[in-house]
Amino acid sequence: MLAYIARRIVYVIPIVISVALVCFLLVHITPGDPLVAVLPADASQELAAQLRTAYGFDRPLPVQFGLWLLRALHGDLGNSIATGRPVLAEVMRAVSNTVTLAIAAAIIGFTMGILLGLIAGYFRETWIDKLATSFAIAGVSVPHYWLGMVLVIIFSVQLNWLPAVGAGPGGSAAWAWDWAHLQYLVLPAITTSVIPMGIVTRTVRALTGDILSQDFVEALRAKGLHERGVFRHVIKNAAPTALAVMGLQLGYMLGGSILIETVFSWPGSGFLLNSAIFQRDLPLLQGTILILALFFVFLNLMVDIAQAAIDPRIKRG
Amino acid sequence: MLIKKNKTRAALIALLALSSAAAWPRAATAETVLRIAMTAADIPRTLGQPDQGFEGNRFTGLTMYDALTGWDLSSADKASVVIPGLATEWKVDDADKTKWTFKLRPGVTFHDGSPFNADAVVWNVEKVLKQDAPQFDASQVGVTASRMPTLASAKKVDDMTVELTTKEPDSFLPINLTNLFMASPAKWQAFYDKAEGADAKAKSQAAWTAFAKDAAGTGPWKMAGFTPRERLELVKNASYWNKDRVPKVDKMVLLPMPEANARTAALLSGQVDWVEAPAPDALPELKQRGFKLYANEQPHVWPWQFSRVEGSPWNDIRVRKAANLCVDREGLKDGLLAGLMVPATGTFEVGHPWRGRPTFEIKYDKAAAQKLMQEAGFGPNKKLTVKTQTSASGSGQMQPLPMNEYIQQALAECYFDVQLDVIEWNTLFTNWRRGVKDPSANGSNATNVTYAAMDPFFALVRFLQSGMAPPVSNNWGFINNPKFDELVKKARQTFDPAARDAALAELHAASVDDAAFLYVAHDVGPRAISPKVTGVVQPKSWFIDFSLVSMQ
Repeated sequence: MLAYIARRIVYVIPIVISVALVCFLLVHITPGDPLVAVLPADASQELAAQLRTAYGFDRPLPVQFGLWLLRALHGDLGNSIATGRPVLAEVMRAVSNTVTLAIAAAIIGFTMGILLGLIAGYFRETWIDKLATSFAIAGVSVPHYWLGMVLVIIFSVQLNWLPAVGAGPGGSAAWAWDWAHLQYLVLPAITTSVIPMGIVTRTVRALTGDILSQDFVEALRAKGLHERGVFRHVIKNAAPTALAVMGLQLGYMLGGSILIETVFSWPGSGFLLNSAIFQRDLPLLQGTILILALFFVFLNLMVDIAQAAIDPRIKRG
Repeated sequence: MLIKKNKTRAALIALLALSSAAAWPRAATAETVLRIAMTAADIPRTLGQPDQGFEGNRFTGLTMYDALTGWDLSSADKASVVIPGLATEWKVDDADKTKWTFKLRPGVTFHDGSPFNADAVVWNVEKVLKQDAPQFDASQVGVTASRMPTLASAKKVDDMTVELTTKEPDSFLPINLTNLFMASPAKWQAFYDKAEGADAKAKSQAAWTAFAKDAAGTGPWKMAGFTPRERLELVKNASYWNKDRVPKVDKMVLLPMPEANARTAALLSGQVDWVEAPAPDALPELKQRGFKLYANEQPHVWPWQFSRVEGSPWNDIRVRKAANLCVDREGLKDGLLAGLMVPATGTFEVGHPWRGRPTFEIKYDKAAAQKLMQEAGFGPNKKLTVKTQTSASGSGQMQPLPMNEYIQQALAECYFDVQLDVIEWNTLFTNWRRGVKDPSANGSNATNVTYAAMDPFFALVRFLQSGMAPPVSNNWGFINNPKFDELVKKARQTFDPAARDAALAELHAASVDDAAFLYVAHDVGPRAISPKVTGVVQPKSWFIDFSLVSMQ
């Protein structure tokens, strides 16, 4: 197992370097001026050139990339052009908000998804299956920003039960798992959870149906194993694939949703990314993409290791 | 038993009376909090020179800071004009028109208690102009230098007098200085002394970062709490030097909310008391629920800026005038924009000191427009093809796509065939600086970039003076009109404010008579506000004075 983990970590290194290179290049090859954030629209080209030199944007791209990567390895992603604040602190703060949202959404989405998937798979081709599948299809089909707005209109504007925007009463850095904070989380978390809920439902339904139709299940039943025992086998066989799907979904959620975070003014990584793109804040954009990509890579690594731990065939492969 | 009951009742009454009495003074002094949802995605920079355009100046500039000169924001009817701020009076040197003397307001202190004086002015000028000054900050240069392009240096004369020097004679300086906010040098120095860094530059940067979190200006509001990207809390500066502008509200909370529907929902659900630019389709509901809507003409123009290089179809004044006469601006206002615009008949409208008396009246007159086009050689069977570069969105651009499609339809009736080249907003900005001769113009002969018209340089000079052609500034279309150049020079070198205004009015009238742009609309800065909020005066300005606002 340790050799497997070591091998997987080694595989991650070139991925991380490639990710860094791609995110560095992506923001440089897009049209427009990287100094838009600090230059007013009416700034002369002379002033733009002066600041380009001050920020080092006049250097050759390989030099810029080399310096950026070197600093990044030392934990320094530079300062935001727009705010002057250190990028790493900005990103980590936003990521912590997104993690909070993702955890809440994952709890709702995965729990609902697994439940609905198991029920649908177990009662395949019945009205229960159709109802659960309809939920799943609605989950992946409904535009989530639209759903967010509908929830806000109903629960905030009309009923006045929950706050419409923000991430807490005081905007303080410290998140607390109390109702004062949790009430801000309810609507964005439900909105974020619908897509993973739909995807997990469909995956678990397909897996459950597939496993239940296999010969070994018949054999278990023939041996007189009660249904609860059979179900345990179904869950154990479905778990690696379901886990991979959930890991991927968690990765997407940790990446933040620009639309949902913008609709709810949730100060997470999606909101930050939106702001960085809007202001064309290159260091912030690069830093945010890099950290999010690393999160994604790390999460996949964790999922792979978890899968291998559950299913020994994987690590042998 | 009866006595016992009576005693109990008496005790209860006494307790109630006591608790009411205890609660009474608290209620009388209850803190009033005004919560505002901004359109910005982040709190504009708080260290003295805000980013995010004039929204930045509105929320973190004019609240916490003052400049040597300021804007009169007390009237909703009159044009906002420049008034004394931290300088009480100023004068240009009769012998050398590049030297100005500013007398400073006595008795003003920064929020940290340090005195405002000539040293502080010199320090603040050098933070953006003197590259070897310890407090020089490149990140503040961009948003400052272009707003006072001729300012060269500052020198202390005595504690309460400072001399400013410009690169050339420039009567616009007092107007431009509204953009230079005075931060506390003492507070910055304290941060600098504590900062750790490899060199002076790193220490300086660390000091500015610390200052942004705990800023000190001289303004009517003091920073009380700051959570980046989430909220900025300002409390009233009870000892503000201008007693008429000591805030009536105890605390103001600024919240970034870039999405119009989110802002509107926050207002409707009672999370905020004030939203900038509410969602236009929610206006009827907001009105119906009793929210107050404010809008007023802003010094802002939504134009097409024409190419005037050789071969441009806009070189024929008949074509330029025809375009200006062919757009039904009232129809645009009442239809597409739900009343949220003022039809533009120039950069400045009637009543503005720089309006002048143009002889070309910009209005909707399709017959006259068609006649002009026919005189220029065009007609139903021979249309003039023009191409305009615009963006799909962007700060100040209002609703660029539907508005441009409206103009496209309108001009089609006057024998124009309008092609639109839609590009990303920041790219359009960049191309604006590069000018029409740059390949990035992509064959366009007009560009649609909105502009602020607060001061003469921004409003007129950078577009009309031939020397402002790229790469110097924003004369995108390379306008080269000797009359404009002569009038710019005259305005710049006229130092009596009334005479300078007259010269600017002459320049503006000349630009309208020349149909220099296709003038379409002025933005109106719509905002929706809770009925609890009173005393709001929305001036004809990008800015607003929050000090006047009360909460019921």
